[in-house]
Formats: sequence, structure tokens, C-alpha cells
Amino acid sequence: MAKLTEIRWHGRGGQGAKTAALLFGEAVLGQGKYMQAFPEYGPERMGAPVQSFNRISEEPITLHCHVTNPSIVVVLDPTLIGAVDITQGLPDDGIIIVNTEQPASKFRERLHLNGQSLFTVDASTIARETIGRDIPNTPMMGALVKATGLLDFKEMIVDTKSKLEKKFRSKPEVVEGNLKAIQRAYDEVKAG
Amino acid sequence: MANLKELVKKEEKFAPGHRACAGCTFPIIIRQVLAATDTPVVCGAATGCMEVTTTIFPFTAWKTPFIHSAFENVAATISGAEAAYRSLKRQGKYEGEVRFIAFGGDGGTYDIGLQSLSGAMERGHRMVYVCYNNEAYMNTGVQRSSATPLGADTTTSPAGKVKPGKLQSRKDLTEIMAAHHIPYVAQASPSHWNDLVTKAQKALAADGPAFLNVLMPCRLGWAFQPQFGIQMGRDAVNCCYWPLYEVENGKYKITYTPKEKAPVAEFLKKQTKFKHIFRPENEWIIEQLQAEVDSRWETLQKRAEMGC
Amino acid sequence: MAILKERIALTGNEAAALAMKQINPDVCAAYPITPATEIMQIFASYVADGLVDTELVAAESEHSAMSASIGSVASGARSMTATSSQGLALMWEMLYIAAGLRLPIVMPMVNRALSAPINIHCDHSDSMGARDSGWIQINSENAQEVYDNIIQAIRIAEHPDIQLPAMVTFDGFIISHAMEPVDTCDAEKIQKFIGPFKPMYSLLDVDHPITVGAIDLTDYYFEHRRALAEPTFKVLDVVEEVAADFEREFGRKYGIFELYKMDDAEVAIVVLGSTAGTAKVVIDELRESGVKAGMLKVRMYRPFPYKQVASVLSDMKAVAVLDRSDSLAGFGGPVFGDVRSALYDSAKRPIITNYIYGLGGRDITLAHIKSVYDDLLAIAKSGKAPANLFGYLGVRE
Repeated sequence: MAKLTEIRWHGRGGQGAKTAALLFGEAVLGQGKYMQAFPEYGPERMGAPVQSFNRISEEPITLHCHVTNPSIVVVLDPTLIGAVDITQGLPDDGIIIVNTEQPASKFRERLHLNGQSLFTVDASTIARETIGRDIPNTPMMGALVKATGLLDFKEMIVDTKSKLEKKFRSKPEVVEGNLKAIQRAYDEVKAG
Repeated sequence: MANLKELVKKEEKFAPGHRACAGCTFPIIIRQVLAATDTPVVCGAATGCMEVTTTIFPFTAWKTPFIHSAFENVAATISGAEAAYRSLKRQGKYEGEVRFIAFGGDGGTYDIGLQSLSGAMERGHRMVYVCYNNEAYMNTGVQRSSATPLGADTTTSPAGKVKPGKLQSRKDLTEIMAAHHIPYVAQASPSHWNDLVTKAQKALAADGPAFLNVLMPCRLGWAFQPQFGIQMGRDAVNCCYWPLYEVENGKYKITYTPKEKAPVAEFLKKQTKFKHIFRPENEWIIEQLQAEVDSRWETLQKRAEMGC
Repeated sequence: MAILKERIALTGNEAAALAMKQINPDVCAAYPITPATEIMQIFASYVADGLVDTELVAAESEHSAMSASIGSVASGARSMTATSSQGLALMWEMLYIAAGLRLPIVMPMVNRALSAPINIHCDHSDSMGARDSGWIQINSENAQEVYDNIIQAIRIAEHPDIQLPAMVTFDGFIISHAMEPVDTCDAEKIQKFIGPFKPMYSLLDVDHPITVGAIDLTDYYFEHRRALAEPTFKVLDVVEEVAADFEREFGRKYGIFELYKMDDAEVAIVVLGSTAGTAKVVIDELRESGVKAGMLKVRMYRPFPYKQVASVLSDMKAVAVLDRSDSLAGFGGPVFGDVRSALYDSAKRPIITNYIYGLGGRDITLAHIKSVYDDLLAIAKSGKAPANLFGYLGVRE
């Protein structure tokens, strides 16, 4: 259990929170670790708050209960802060990463942190500038890896590149865009 | 067109000795339909008179491959057989031509079977659905179906002191099937064998789903003497209660016009199930039935004229 | 020996669809229902891309999906479908008909609660409702087992001594929508493993016409149903035979159930599905503190391996059966009944209790499972059965 890491993603329906967890899960597997990636489900509505989860371990994971105490929380939509308790279950040494163009200081107060580390990155802008659409989930992977050191970044880029090339054979600009997005978020994520 | 001399020479694909009522007309319908083709056919039947009287283990009257699974789903079951055939042929795992015919009574077709019939027709399977319509759930003792006409006395729509039998008009399933825009839809009667066999031939030749609604006079439920089954069919056709027509790729055609259109009351009088509507207080039923028959016949004629 | 094609990240539904793709059935007739819908969607995209030879029939209801599957297998074509909950309930009469007609349809069945109230999440009420139908029921703990079980199910169902339909169950959302690592196999090896479909009969054999689904009166029905029981007695042996073959070809071991740390266990739980995985973590912790805890994870629920279950459990001091469905007005849940019955004649037998848990997707946590073991330890110590042998776990009373 000590080797198990749990992540919770917060987003709004339609923003790709579920895909974020699945993509990250694939990246984890690509580095030979064991993983789970799953969404929380209710009647689906665009714009409603949704959550998704990852588990990562060096050993096979047999747990199938809910994730109630993630050590890492990723927030894809900052408007959720205040609307949803994004720190629920997060221990005092947990890590929060927020997609926002605002500085971390703006959120510190609202979040009532107890020593958790807070990181911010403007994933939406990065996505718009690299991929051409506001899909923050891909760049967030880069931010997540930088803030947590969970994966080897270079290996992840290589692995993601080959996966994207298979999926978007006829659209090399999509592959380029996504890789740029991940790199930029990795470079630009800030502790705050 | 079918040639009687040729038809009678064909080997029967449906054996005698089954347990249908004396005077039942569905065996005639089956034999006429099966005589319409020399290509091997796989037949299915919904639970009902036909299935129950022809497949009592260890006997079967069917010399063709035959399947029965449940009451409401012969269309779905046969659609699965047709899909298997298509798949196996496409993969080179099966050789030979086979046609698929699903038989269902009005109960298993108009009511509980409507969904699976509609689904199979919409999916475009190359199959023929033959509804043998005796206008009630006859197998289980004459309960009403949505094919039962206004005023009929059945065990679940009995003619009593207060209610004069079924108060709803019969559904027009043939029109519903035409609205599915399948290649071939027709109404037929065993009394007009040439018309029926020709229609069965067209149905089997259609490159897609086909539907035949065949009136099946029932001596038990309609209550007439066993030798009058075919006569009852003729009477139904001659008063335009059961018009013989077809819709071929959307084009309407009346295939038989009675020389003299008889009043519906004459046809009803021959059936004990309508005995009560001849009481003065129930005259309105006869009037309504006549009006219904006239209106539907008129509409049909207009459609046939316009060819649509 | 371990013929690994690729370890990829798949959800339970993706694993099911992939297994179906590699099996490449002749026909697939299905209707969508949450949370099984994805299986058909993914499979439909395989059909659309020409990756399988399957004839896809988009049935207009689950009842018609099973009816079409029956017509298809009766015509000599290998056929599969998938469903869940209300869909399984709607095709209920057809399940009995498929078994009665000896048609080896293999169906991934995603466990979801039955209405009312309507709920789209996991419990086992759907497959439990079909336990008398004659269908073989194989339960999966995770995505890997979904994949492996579906492949083995084809061999088991189509075995000449069996020829019965089989459902492979797995937990809705918990497994169906959760991505996990799955070791997949090479499609050619799978084709070789399952072999071509050899139907017992076929409507398309027009030179030898048969009548399928005849009516039996009182003089024949009983004999035909008695005859139907015969193949069910052989299923478990075939399951082991197929599992041995599977291990040889693909390197992964399966049995009629899975025993987790049962060798010297004194207290044990009996459980189906994903909860078994969570329980493994609890058992490991308990073992670290010296508790002799174990688990019997049910894989084959029908046929129920009552002899083998009795033999494994008779030495326990206390056993708790965890049922993820209720059998209202029965004596506890369905698996509880089977386990108690299996042990009734054993000279030595444990005190057996029952917890009904997780209905409608209610989470079962490590703490819940630990509390069950705490209860078991108390029973083992006192040697006395509690006043209430069955109760509910994780519900607000």
C-alpha cells in the first residue's frame, strides 16, 4: 500500500477529465508500472462537475474500491474551486495542480490548505496555442509529471509520441501539437 | 401467375396428420406459400395455433427446417437465421441458396410481436413474414387481439349485458408494414389461391423484407361449419372487408376487385361471434363496420389509382 | 510458454470487445444498455473498419437480440451478444430457451443493479436472477479475467459434451469502465485455441430438415429437461480441462475458483467479482499481523462447485459469504444459500454468516471488509453463531 499513489482529477463534463485519467494511465503503463484509470459516473451532462481517478504502483493493483484519499489532485477547471471540495481526502503533504492563468496566491486562501503543495499552469492557453483547442488534459500530463516526479518525463514523451503517431497517422500536426503542449506545461508549471 | 397443373405436381413440404382443427385454413396457407418456390426454405413460427398443432414431439409436419423459439419474436429469430446465412455465405463457409419465412398469427404479429417484426423489417433482412390472421388469439381460446374487428365477441371482449363485444376497430397492420417502405407488402386470402401464390412468389423474390397479411378464416373462433373456411375467405374479400392488394416498392395495386361489392352484414351473419350485433340496440356496430370497410376500400382505390 | 502479445491498458469493456474481435464470431446481435453499451460500440467500429467477418445485427431490443442469436446459432453460426441488468431481465425467457435448445451462445454480461429504483451501477442482482436458466456463469474479478474468461468460455460452451450457453460476468463501471493492464494474446493463437464452430445441428442443413423448438406435452417435457441436466454435471471438468490448455498456450492459470491464502486459513470470506481484489489487500494486511485470513473467490457460479467448495471450507472456523445481491424473503443472499447447502453434510463445518453489500454500486471499502474479518474472528473465538446470521454491510439503517 505504501507504494500505491492515487490521483483525483476534477473537471466539468466535456473538458476531458475522463480522458486525462485514461491518457495518464496509458503513460504509466508505458513505463512498465501498474495502473488503474477510471471515471466516476452519474447521468452525464455537459458542464457538470465530474471526477476521474488514477492508481499507480510498482506492483499489481487489486484494489477496486473508490479513491477517497488521493495524494495528488489535478483541477482542470478552476471555476470548480469553491463549487466542489477539491481537497477532500487530501493529506497534509498532498499535491494540488490547477489549470489557471492566475497566480497560485489567488487560490491559497480559498483552498484552506494545511501544508499541501500547490502548483499552477495555464494549460488552457498552452493547449490553444499548441493544439488549437482548449483541451487542457494533454498539457496537464506534463505539469503532473514535473510537479510529482511520478514518471520519467523523457520516456513519457517518447511513449506518447509513438502512441499518437499510431492514432493520428494522417495528421502529423496533431502529434506535434500535443507533444509541444506536454513539453510547455512541463516547463511552465509553477509552485505557488 | 401460378399454374395449377404445375403446382399440384410439386412435392409437398408440409405433411398431413398434424393436429389442426378440422376445417382449419392455415395448413392451406402454408402449403400455398411453400409451393411458391423450389428454393430450399427455412421456416419459423411464433407460438400459436400453427406451431402448437404441427410440432408436437415426437412428430413434426414440417419437411423444411423449422424453428420456434417464443411468442413475440419469430421475426427476430428468423432474422438471426438469415444473418447467419449471410455471414456464412460471405465467408465461404456455406454454399447454396436458402430463403427464410417467418409465420406468425395475428396475436404474435399485431400485438406482442409488433416490435420484433418492425425491427426485422427495418433492418432489411431478406425474409418473408407471413401473418396468418384469424383475428384473435385462437390457440388459447379466442381472446381478442388488435386484429379483432369492432363488435366481435371474444373471451376477453365478451358481448354481455352492458358491453357489445370489442369496442375498438382493428389495426391496419398492412398499412403499417407499407409505411416501413420495404420492397413488398400484400394482403391475401387462401380462398384466392392464385393471388396468394403469386404474391408469395413476389415476396420470396424481393431483395429485402416482405410482408404478407393473409386472412385465415377460423371455424372455431369465428364459429362456422368446418367446410366453409374457403367460402368465408371469399365472402370477406367480396364485401371488401379484406381487400386483396399489394404494395410493390411503394406502388399500390388492387389485385382483385369484386364484381359486386356485397354488404358486410352478410359476411358477419355467417359467424356466431357476431350473432349479438344483429340485435336492434347493436345496429350501430354494423353501420360502423360498414362505414369502416367503405372508407378503407375507398382510400385503397384512390391510392391504387394514383399508383402511390 | 507465456505467449504474450502485448500488455496494453484496457477497460473491462474494451477487453471484452477485443476478445470478441479475436474470436471473430459469425454473427453478433445486440442492443445497447449502460454499462455494457461500449462493448457493442467498439465491436461495431471493428465491423465498420472490416476488421472482423461478423454480421452485426442491430436488434431493436435485448429480447430480440437473444432471439436473433438463437436463430443464428441454430443455423450453425457462432454468435455472441452482450448486455446488462434490465436488458438481461428483458431477455429472461429467451435465456431459458437458449439453454433448452442447447445453443452455445457466449455473452459478456456486465453486472448492474435491477430496477426499481433504477440504478446504473454495479450489483449482481441481474446474473443472480438467471442462475436457474441453465446458462453457465463465469465470474471475472478484473479486465484481464474478462478477456481470458471470454476466450475460454467459447471452448467450454461449444465442447461436444456441453453445448450450453455461457455468460461471462464482470462488475459494471468498477471493471467495465476502469482501465487496467491486460496481457493480450495473438489472434491466430486464439483462433487455434477455440477452433472452428462445430454445431450440434443446423437449420441450414436443408437436406436433413429438422424441427427446433417443438412443443412437448406432459409425456416428454420432463425427460427433455432431465436430459438438459446431464451436460451441466460435466461442465466443471471441462472448465478445468480448458483452463489447463489455456495455461499451456497463454501462460495464465485459472481454476473453478481462486483460493487466496487458504492453505492454513482459519477464517475466510466467499466473494464474487471485483470485491475479491479489494479483499486481497485486506487479507495481506491481516496476514502481516498474524491473522490466518483467507478467501475463496468464486469463478464458476453455475454450475456451483459444491463438492469442491465444501472440501475447501469445511476446516474453517468461521466463513462469511459476501453477496452483492439480495434474495428478498429468502434466507440471506443467493451465494450464502449455495455455500451453506454445500457444507450441510460435512462432518466438520464452519459457522457461516452472510453480508449483503454493495447494492446499486455502493462502495465496499477496505474498512468494510476488515470489519467482516473482525466479526469472523470474534465468532471463531467464541465458537458461537451470531443471533442474526445474515445482515447488510455498508447501508444506512
